Amino acid sequence: MNWSRWLIRPWQRLDPALTTGILLLMAISLAVLYSSSQGNLGIVLQQSLRFGIAFTALLAIANTPPERLRAWAPFLYAIGLVLLAATLVAGHSYLGARRWLGIGPLSFQPSELMKLALPLFLAYYYAQQEHVQNWRAAITGFFVIGVPFLLIAKEPDLGTAGQIAAAGLFTMWLAGVRRRWFIGLIVIAAVSAPILWHFLHGYQKDRILTFLDPQRDPLGSGYHIIQSMIAVGSGGVFGKGWFNGTQVNLDFLPEAQTDFVFAGFAEEFGLVGVLFLIAVYLLIVLRGLAIAYESRDPFGRLIAGTLSLTFFLYVFINMGMTTGILPVVGVPLPLISYGGTAMLTFMVGLGILMSVHAHPRLHE
Amino acid sequence: MDIRQPQREQQRFSRRMVLALGLIAVMAAILLGQLLKIQVLQHPDYATQSTRNAIALLPIAPARGLILDRHGQVLADNRVTFTLAITPNTAGDLSDTIGRLRSVLPVSGDDLEAFQRDLGRSHPYQPVVIRRNLSAAELAAFAVHRHEFPGVELQARLKRFYPYGPLFAHVVGYVGHLTPADLDEASANHYAGIDYIGKNGLEAEYEEILRGEPGNQNVEVDARGRPLRTLRDTPPEQGENLTVTLDLALQQAAARAMGTHSGAVVALDPANGEVLVAYSSPAFDPNAFVDGLSGTAWAALQDDPATPMTNRFLRGAYPPGSTIKPFVALVALQNGVITPDEKLPGGATYQIPGSTHKYYDWKPGGHGAENLGEAIRDSNDVYFYQLAMRLGIARLSAGLAPFGFGKLAGIDLPGEAAAVLPSPEWLQRRYHQPWYQGQTVMVGIGQGYLLATPLQLARATAAIANGGKLVTPHLVRSNADIDNPADAIPQGIGLSAAAMSEVQAAMRAVVTSGTAHNLANDPNAIAAKTGTSQVRRARRNDAGRALTGDPTALQDHALFIAYAPADHPRIAVAVIVEHGGHGGSAAGPVARAVIDAYLQGSASPLPTPGATP
Repeated sequence: MNWSRWLIRPWQRLDPALTTGILLLMAISLAVLYSSSQGNLGIVLQQSLRFGIAFTALLAIANTPPERLRAWAPFLYAIGLVLLAATLVAGHSYLGARRWLGIGPLSFQPSELMKLALPLFLAYYYAQQEHVQNWRAAITGFFVIGVPFLLIAKEPDLGTAGQIAAAGLFTMWLAGVRRRWFIGLIVIAAVSAPILWHFLHGYQKDRILTFLDPQRDPLGSGYHIIQSMIAVGSGGVFGKGWFNGTQVNLDFLPEAQTDFVFAGFAEEFGLVGVLFLIAVYLLIVLRGLAIAYESRDPFGRLIAGTLSLTFFLYVFINMGMTTGILPVVGVPLPLISYGGTAMLTFMVGLGILMSVHAHPRLHE
Repeated sequence: MDIRQPQREQQRFSRRMVLALGLIAVMAAILLGQLLKIQVLQHPDYATQSTRNAIALLPIAPARGLILDRHGQVLADNRVTFTLAITPNTAGDLSDTIGRLRSVLPVSGDDLEAFQRDLGRSHPYQPVVIRRNLSAAELAAFAVHRHEFPGVELQARLKRFYPYGPLFAHVVGYVGHLTPADLDEASANHYAGIDYIGKNGLEAEYEEILRGEPGNQNVEVDARGRPLRTLRDTPPEQGENLTVTLDLALQQAAARAMGTHSGAVVALDPANGEVLVAYSSPAFDPNAFVDGLSGTAWAALQDDPATPMTNRFLRGAYPPGSTIKPFVALVALQNGVITPDEKLPGGATYQIPGSTHKYYDWKPGGHGAENLGEAIRDSNDVYFYQLAMRLGIARLSAGLAPFGFGKLAGIDLPGEAAAVLPSPEWLQRRYHQPWYQGQTVMVGIGQGYLLATPLQLARATAAIANGGKLVTPHLVRSNADIDNPADAIPQGIGLSAAAMSEVQAAMRAVVTSGTAHNLANDPNAIAAKTGTSQVRRARRNDAGRALTGDPTALQDHALFIAYAPADHPRIAVAVIVEHGGHGGSAAGPVARAVIDAYLQGSASPLPTPGATP
């Protein structure tokens, strides 16, 4: 019976709904990348390989009991902070920003680790907290979020810093921190926005101004948004058809395989395709929220709820920037965009969801 | 009190989950709203933009029509030249590329200046010209190093070439680079892909015929503008060749005879007004204008005291001097103020009755009493002073008008000047001055306010040669494509045949025994009238003598009008040699050279085009 332990049981931990969603996204991703790379099979194979690796990680996490994840949380958070600090001191500088840290031949973005470590640590903290509603719980939460936020913002990578803060705030919200703290935060943010504006870097101001009026520099910073909206808009209801997207295939659309992959998809498959894609994402997110809801364990439901909300936030930000609702912030479309690191993060996150679902009884 | 309450916690979590779900619903609704807006409502808009993005109309320039003389000699040609252009976004570091390029072939400061200027106006994927007109050696040098210069490409283009250089500069004109100022919205698409536009002369006048219509290729392009495949192909409509009435051999004869003198020569076919010669001296090399003059070269042309840029045959207004006399004689005969045989008293001077001012004859001591024919032959000033007085300015002015004085000749060239046919009304209007009789006297000998262009003089001369019909000078005949109203049957101007033959005989006598007898032995029977006009610009002493100084600048202008053969005129000529002195000796030989070349030189072989680059 030993073989069943290694070959069958791990797969039983997979949640059917989530797995279906993941496989659908995988199929869509490969199809879109194949077209937007003008039939480059190499890119498709490489993405498949990444899916394989990331899915293996998902499988491993899904088979890891949540209590073990909870035990790791403080260490992951601490390691994340150390690596972020190290990045600021010794990271690779690329286009004026220090975001990458090299270890031997590998280089990665510590902020990617923080995307999971921060909610894990906050869930860990609030799950064991007895008085979630007092001010100490709120201040601690803000502090736990604030340190990595400032470290990442300093790189500078305001987009990622904001996403990580959002994830942390989701955890605090679900944990039950009093509403007034959130309202206060919103008020402070609104009041200080004009002041913060002066501290923004030129390119950051540029992105926001371009978002407000893409035509102010149509061949420069507005080019991404304009070309991307042309791609989405020209797709219409039914799309131009697979391989028939002119925006994406004739290189008008920049970053057509990474951050703007959605525009190429929307051009070729139209509103119909987009609605299907959103439906798949909602399937994953709603299933994730259901897992959180069903979980009887505070840590499990906090982390599951946070990761589900964050997952949808990424979808919203990416589609929003592609369709001109939000400024360009450089967020990949979960599990569709070409690239390995982000995919691994999303898969591990989904693995945590499955782990929570597969291990309903957490011993106190 | 603060004991954990899993039940309450669970409830709170549920409430907050509901709010989170609400947040998701809001985000999804925003997304859907935006997608509906751009994919459904604004879809037609974006679809158009997407098509415009991907489909480019690549213009195909037509070849410009050639300009040929009446015998088919090419006056304006197209030659293939090689141009080097840099595409910025494939070339990489521009200053490095240019630096290395300079070690292979010369790139001047002017080239760089033009490159920088054009660079600022174009997209980074469009090639920008860095060098024009590569020589064979430069071409070979670049070919060897070609692989070292990504983004630098060799382009073959057609460039306008004027094989005779300055010879036809003022009549054929020249083309130059198209500038935004040359185009309005309506004409812009007629110039897609075209580099040049006629700036002057025939090149400008017949621009639309010479230009042709650009064709285009409908191609699918990528974001860098690289053509991927051709969807539709519309070939260009080549420019049409333009055959003009000019005669290369005659123009050369005129230029040779003029030498270095400033002035102008116009020769017409008196039967129909076709322009055989239109030459203004000095001229400039139109080839220098094709790709743009440098600032210093332009300044040098502008500051040249000989004003080579001035089109003297078209815009030079000169006092016609004594060449006006045959016309004054015709007006007098027509008005019946004189008969051919009536002799008027001669003498060294003329005084208006009741005035003390003396008007001198050109000849010291003057002529004796002469009739009309003799007075023309000898260019008797005193006779014509009296004739002008008998006519009065009103009849004189009205009588000269039908010969085309004071009016545009209507030639098919841009920028013609009308010069001046004075009248009391004109003087009042122009200078707010009353007319004095002394001014009438001066008009009688072609001085004073009367001004004419060489073209007007040639036209008026043709009217005497053809028996009283006013032709409209023109360079291009009407044909299937060109409707030239100037190319029409000339209308008579209502002169009596008797008066005409009287003046014609007198003009023949000018050559056989009068002021132009230096041409008497010419095999062609030339009829002519000499003229000398005072130069206003030259400073004069109280006696009217030109002050010494620059000897040529102070001499009078020499004028000459002629036609030949006297009995069946086939050519009418007007010549002006600035500061040439006496009309017969300075301008006469020029007219004779043209007449001889036309009437007997047609059998001689045409000279080969000069090798002017």
